[in-house]
Formats: sequence, structure tokens, C-alpha cells
Amino acid sequence: MFRRTLAWLEDRTGVESAVKHFLYEDIPASSGWHQVFGSVALFAFLVQVATGILLALNYAPTPPEAYDSLRYIMTQVTAGRFMRALHHWGASLMIIVVVVHMIQAFLWGTYKKPREATWIAGVALLLLTLAYGLSGYLLPWDNRAYWGTVVTTQISALAPGAGPLLVRLLGSDGTSIGAITFTRFYVAHVQILPPLTALLIAIHLFLVRRHGVAPAPSDELQPKKKFYPQQVAKDTIAIFAWFVVLMGMALLARVPLGHLADPTDLSYIPRPEWYFLFLFQFLKWFEGPLEVVGAVILPTLAIVALLLVPFIDRGKMKLVRQRMGAISLVVLAAIFWGGLTARAVATTPETREMDMSLVQPWQEISAGNLASIGLFRKAQCGSCHELGKPGAAPDLTIAPSARPMDWLEEHIKSSPKAPGALTDPQVQMLVTFVTKRSDKAVDAWQNAPQTAVDGALIYQANDCTSCHKLNGIGDELGPPLNGVGERRERSWIEGHFADPPKYSPDSIMPAFHFKPDELKLITDYITAIPK
Amino acid sequence: MHTRRSFHTAIISGLGSVIGVALGVPTALYLLVTRGSKSKGNFVEAANLTQLQIGKPQEVTFERTRVDGWRTFQEKVLAWVVRTDDQNVVAYAPQCTHLGCAYHWEAPRNQFVCPCHESRFSIDGKVLGGPAARPLDRYPVRVENSKLLIGSEIRKA
Repeated sequence: MFRRTLAWLEDRTGVESAVKHFLYEDIPASSGWHQVFGSVALFAFLVQVATGILLALNYAPTPPEAYDSLRYIMTQVTAGRFMRALHHWGASLMIIVVVVHMIQAFLWGTYKKPREATWIAGVALLLLTLAYGLSGYLLPWDNRAYWGTVVTTQISALAPGAGPLLVRLLGSDGTSIGAITFTRFYVAHVQILPPLTALLIAIHLFLVRRHGVAPAPSDELQPKKKFYPQQVAKDTIAIFAWFVVLMGMALLARVPLGHLADPTDLSYIPRPEWYFLFLFQFLKWFEGPLEVVGAVILPTLAIVALLLVPFIDRGKMKLVRQRMGAISLVVLAAIFWGGLTARAVATTPETREMDMSLVQPWQEISAGNLASIGLFRKAQCGSCHELGKPGAAPDLTIAPSARPMDWLEEHIKSSPKAPGALTDPQVQMLVTFVTKRSDKAVDAWQNAPQTAVDGALIYQANDCTSCHKLNGIGDELGPPLNGVGERRERSWIEGHFADPPKYSPDSIMPAFHFKPDELKLITDYITAIPK
Repeated sequence: MHTRRSFHTAIISGLGSVIGVALGVPTALYLLVTRGSKSKGNFVEAANLTQLQIGKPQEVTFERTRVDGWRTFQEKVLAWVVRTDDQNVVAYAPQCTHLGCAYHWEAPRNQFVCPCHESRFSIDGKVLGGPAARPLDRYPVRVENSKLLIGSEIRKA
């Protein structure tokens, strides 16, 4: 049956002979491990397509919902964080393999006649890969994305003559970016670049087949090999090795999500993705009117030079080890790139920005609510009122309590488990909480770690609310505390408690002398509250 | 030569399958497994018991918080509510159990009638006729201090 179906398919479509024709291509005797990178690059592209489509299924491509939906993917969707990590690290690893593929072709000199067009299509594919990186960088719509892209659009504005047109094309008004730039980057990323890439890959592959895999000078006398299965097996092993690295990174290396894009956040220092860091560092060499040289002219010349490689080097094919010129060029380029990148990394300031994809509901509710949760636990209410399941007493997570206030006060005061555990104001706090709690508070009620709850109790006991605002609650005599852990060193905060004027001379805050364990709890707590 | 060939094809299909599984499983999880909502009950006050007459279906609209993907917002919800006696109330979800059209109460015929395919239901939700295969779906209800609270999880009869 299977055979007959196959025979029918072959007769009507020729698909079987087409596959065979593809697999049993003749390749030179010298073919081997050095030629696996093209297949790996193609596989990397397919992984990006697959994970990109999956992410798009849960993504709202408009600001600011783009940010919320990505946070949703990372925190609520099963395997969502993993998918984003695959797409994120897959992009970096794809750029690496595409560059390695190009370096191999360069070292071996495979761009020589008649393969010039194959090389040019390859350079175009490299540029497309970088364009994905640039356009995808904006899509999380966090501070990193926003400020990074502001710099990108400003660089394009420097282009001689075309600058203003480019800026308009990117949907920017020249100083800031917004919904229009975002949409253009998104459309470029998912609608313009993919078909272009598919077309160029098809051309690139067609040209490889048309001219055959480039032979080494010694190949003419040797019998040809077949592509399948030996070379395909080598390609598969290389793909597998690349894939293992990708899986390892996706599982082990966290991809953070910063704060929502904020044009007024002047403290944010943007840095490009690692593969563009060398350009970022390179720009620092060019001052004032020379800026355009480093930002636009030299990079453009570099691309032109790359495209012209086959027309500059037109000698006969030589063995790799005899191509000293090519080898030295690659080494020089690597030193140039590596040196600039290392310098950029070394000068990158340490950031204390929180990973918003790890923020839990207890970090987003008021200190009063979190302290009330502490009172609930302190009075052992949970031993009868089991949270999230029906127990000896009503499950309070289902609905806010509808009992009258005075009934509740009396009920808590005479609680059989811990009568008199709470003071009168504490009882009132707890009553307010159980009648008015939000959905986020319900989550915190069940999941907040005890250390955080203890921190909030100390916060409440010392009446920090009467001067500081935190998660929307509190006065503004002192500075708001949201994000204080991102603004200040921990040692600064701890020292400040005991002697405020020493750290901020005009401070009217009284000194608080906490015991060491209390100091740790309250500092842990306030530094965990995101901006 | 033959064993070398089969060694190569084994590598291709073996490693290929490992990659396929390693990508296929998370894809299936991502697409098909949804996390259960954390707030299971989510009861909100929908009406005062005194506003409901015993034995007479009434449309009750109320507001509740809905979490829809990355969005959280207040939405209006409608229920057909029947007070059966002093302390007991039934709340039907407002969609026909056939294909989800909105049905209504026809007082003269003493039936719920769906305008789409003419499914008909009795006041206690049972199917009287038409294509509907199961009785009307219900919201969980609680009565506290003569207030009617309606939960969010629709229960299929």
C-alpha cells in the first residue's frame, strides 16, 4: 500500500526523484567537516521561524501591550519562558554560525569564479540576519529595547543625504520613537525579512547546486563522493552539537525582561546586543563632525568591501594553508572585533535592574496588605481557614468576607487558636484585608515567602507608610520606595537607616536602629519592590 | 561499505529524532497545556435576594474581574437567575447548550427558548425540545446575609 502510494506520488509529482537528485549530488573528495556550517545556519533559521511563530501566537504587537504579553508568555504560558529563551539565544547562535560559515568560505577562497554570486547572496543573508537582530531588539518594549532602538534610529539619521528619509521610513520623529516605529520594526521582523530570507536562501542554495560544492585544488584527480549519507551525517552531527548548545543556554541562561519602556527614565544606559558592541565602542573614536565616518561611512565601506571580495581576489584556487593573506585578514578582524568588544564589556556599568518576569504578586501589593497577611499567619487563622481549599472554616480566597465588621473583629479577637495574639489596630487591619483584598493579594496570601511578610510587618510597625509611598500607598514626605534597590547599593540603604543625614544631608528621616536580623528583613523587603 | 552507510543513516535518523522530540515536546506543551487559574472561586455579589421573586426567572447583570491572557479588566456578566425558595437560587449561564446563542425566557410558554435552533428548556434547566443535548449550564452560587454571590466557573450539567 505504502509502496503504491509512493509510486503514485512519484508518477504524478516526481517528488521522490527530486529528493534523490538532491541527496545524491556529487561533491568533491575533499568535502568534510569544514563544510557543515551552511546546513547549521539553515537549521538555525528554521528554529527561529518555528519559535518566532509560536511566540507570535501569544504576543500583542503594539506598545505597551507587547510588554505585557511578553511578560504573560514568560510567566503564565507553559514552556513560554523556554520558547522565548530559544528564540533569544537562537538569534545569537545563528549569527555566530552564519559568521563562521562566511569565515570558512573566505579562508578556503570558495567565492572565486564562478561562485561570485553565491558569495554575494551569502553576504546579503548575513546582513538580513543582523537586520533580524536589530528589529527584534525592540519587540520586548522594555527599557533596553526602547533606548537601544532610539540610538539605532539616531544613527540612521546620520546617513549623508538619506538620513531624514531613513528616519521617516523608521517612523521616528527624529528624537523619540513610539507606536509607529514599533509597528514598522515588527512588520520588518515578521513580514518583510522572512520572505526575503527564504528567497535569498533559495538563490544561495540554487547557486551552490549550479556550480557544485567548491573543490580543493587537489580534488580534480580524486573520484567524486555523494552528499548522502556521509556528508549529511556530518552535517547532522554539527546541527546536533549546535542544538545542544542552544538547549543548554535556553535552559540555564536566563533571558530577563526589564521595566516597561520609559522615555522619561534618564537613568537607563542603553547597550546594544553583544554582536553590535564593537560598533558601539568603535563610535567612541569619532568626535563631533567625524561621527558620521564611524557611524555610517566606514560600516558601509566594510559591507561594500565584503561584497567585492570575489572581484578583488581573483587568483587560482589554493590550499587553505597557502592562503596566508586571507588567514591574516581573518586574524586581524578577530583581534579588532574582540578588542573592541572586550573594551565595551569592561566599560559597561553594573546594572541592578530587576528582572520583571520574576516579580511575584507579593512584590506588587501594598506593605499594609502584606503585613495583614503576616497578621493572618501570626494569629494562626490558617489552621482552620485553609487557603485554597475547603477546610474546617470557610476558604477566604473564594470571596471577600461578607460578614459585618464588628462580627469579624470579635471573631478574630476570640480566635480559639491564638486568642489575643493581635492588638486592636492589628485586628482592624486584618478585618479590612479580608473584606477588601484584591486578586493579587489573594495570590500573595497563599504564596508570599515568610521573610517578605516579616519585612512588611517591620515596615508597618515602624510606620514607614506615613512618609514613604510604596506600591501606590503612603505619603510623599520622603522619596517613594519603589525601585530603591535598583537606585541604591544595599550598604547605602542599610547604613541610611541608622544615620540618615550622613547619607543624604537634608534628610528629615529619624534614625532607625534595627537589630541585625530585622535590618536584613526590612532591607530585603524594600529592595524587592520593583520600580 | 554497507555497514558504514547504515552507520551514517543511523546517525541522521537518530540525532534527527532527538532534535524532533526536544523541540516537539515543548511546542506541544506551549500550545496545548494551559495553566489552571489560581483564583478558582472568584465569587462576586450579583444581586440582593429580596429583589428576586420565587419561581420567576430574571436576567441579572453584574461586574467581575476577568483575566484574559495578559489583560485584566472589569467585564459585565449576565446570568438567568431563578429563586427556587427562601434560601436557594439557581443561576444559569446565558448561553444555549446547543451552539452558544443567547436564549431568553418566554413567560407565556413557561420555557427558556433559544432563537437560533429552537432549543427549549424548562425553568429547572431541563431540555424540553430542540437540538440541545444537555440541560442549561450553571454558575456556582452562594447565599450570604441575603446576598446572592455568583462564581465564575461554569458547571456543565
